[in-house]
Amino acid sequence: MSSPVSRGFRHLRRPSAGEEGRVPPGQYVTQGFPVLSAGPTPHTPLPEWTFSIRQGGDTLKSWTWPEFQELPAQTVTADIHCVTRWSKLNTLWRGVSVDTLLGQVEHDAPYVLAFCDGGYTANLPVKDVTDGRAWVAFDYDGQPLQAEHGGPARLLVPHLYFWKSAKWVRGLELLDHDEPGFWETYGYHIYGDPWREQRYAGD
Amino acid sequence: MARTAVRGRLTWQVATVTSVAEETDSVRTIGLEVPGWPGHRAGQHLDVRLTAEDGYTAERSYSVATADGEPVAITVERLDDGEVSPYLTADLRAGDELELRGPIGRWFVWDTSDGGPLLLVAGGSGVVPLRAILRHRQRSGSDVPLRLLYSSRTLADVIYHRELDQYRDGAQVIYTLTRSQPPGWTGYSGRVDAAMLAQIAWPASQHPLAFVCGPTRFVETVAEQLVAVGYPPGRVKTERFGGT
Repeated sequence: MSSPVSRGFRHLRRPSAGEEGRVPPGQYVTQGFPVLSAGPTPHTPLPEWTFSIRQGGDTLKSWTWPEFQELPAQTVTADIHCVTRWSKLNTLWRGVSVDTLLGQVEHDAPYVLAFCDGGYTANLPVKDVTDGRAWVAFDYDGQPLQAEHGGPARLLVPHLYFWKSAKWVRGLELLDHDEPGFWETYGYHIYGDPWREQRYAGD
Repeated sequence: MARTAVRGRLTWQVATVTSVAEETDSVRTIGLEVPGWPGHRAGQHLDVRLTAEDGYTAERSYSVATADGEPVAITVERLDDGEVSPYLTADLRAGDELELRGPIGRWFVWDTSDGGPLLLVAGGSGVVPLRAILRHRQRSGSDVPLRLLYSSRTLADVIYHRELDQYRDGAQVIYTLTRSQPPGWTGYSGRVDAAMLAQIAWPASQHPLAFVCGPTRFVETVAEQLVAVGYPPGRVKTERFGGT
């Protein structure tokens, strides 16, 4: 099927210098930082916040907020791509590598399900959150991450669509199988690779 | 196609524009003929893809503005710095073709079996998916009590105004105008706030279901207020658009 041409429709946004090859198909670059979420923004007080690694109903490891802040943090610059079509280049984060977190437990699980305040979850293969590809981020652009953008801490998995970078993350459940998370249950793609435009189930 | 069919990939298909209708100075409803449209749930969206003469393509998502069983339509607001919406709201004509795929999304949806009472809160063009819910309720003969609180800048910015004024039988539409009000205005004035919601929102004890759609700041404020008056977060469904 050939696509109908929309006469008069013009390409207004040309890639700027440094953008070529960095914007996945169907995306456009924004300077803002739009918000996408399914419900009210949760606000968990830091004294009640923990980050846990669980498996089969057991908590293998858990950190309080002060303990988490003691972990070695990294500064990360990344391009992020939201399934609603905005991409934002050179975003600046600070957080703890998921390698550091999973390195403190014994496991051979192939999948994780990130769990979050507000009941959100997101599923990811372990190979996509290890080898320096994912972080639990608590600073954005030099400031503590705001609640509406997922603070106090969110997952950061920049090579997948940004819903996989689950907001308000509170831990990782290690799984022996892939289990759809929140958005994946409501019609979004199980894996979410922006370069293969895996927006919706079946893409 | 049966609604129970196994969901495969949503494929792009060519749709034909059947009508364009100006809702306000900057908002237009585009009627679409979509061969084989599988039906949709109120609140779902579809993706539009435009192709320029040089082969460049751009995609955007729009809420379906109509109820299932009605002809598919989208309502588009012109964003002056946008690339797609200025074309859709000015250049597009009846008889033109464009590509789309859908329906998409299974969270921000309402069906009669979801019950209510329903509280719909719209900011600006956030009214579009909520209008689909209103129409679906009407068409299906549901008696679920419904209130729509709809915030616009001015009276001239109210989308679907004539239609919204006609709802009866347990569906109530309440307007607020934030920027200016005409002489004799009997609706609310100013932004949606805690006091306004206290008067309009169903009490949490009635186990209401809320749908909130609008710009991010609007949605954040309304959702937070609803939680503050006892709505369980899981009963407040939100959809946002626009910048930071």
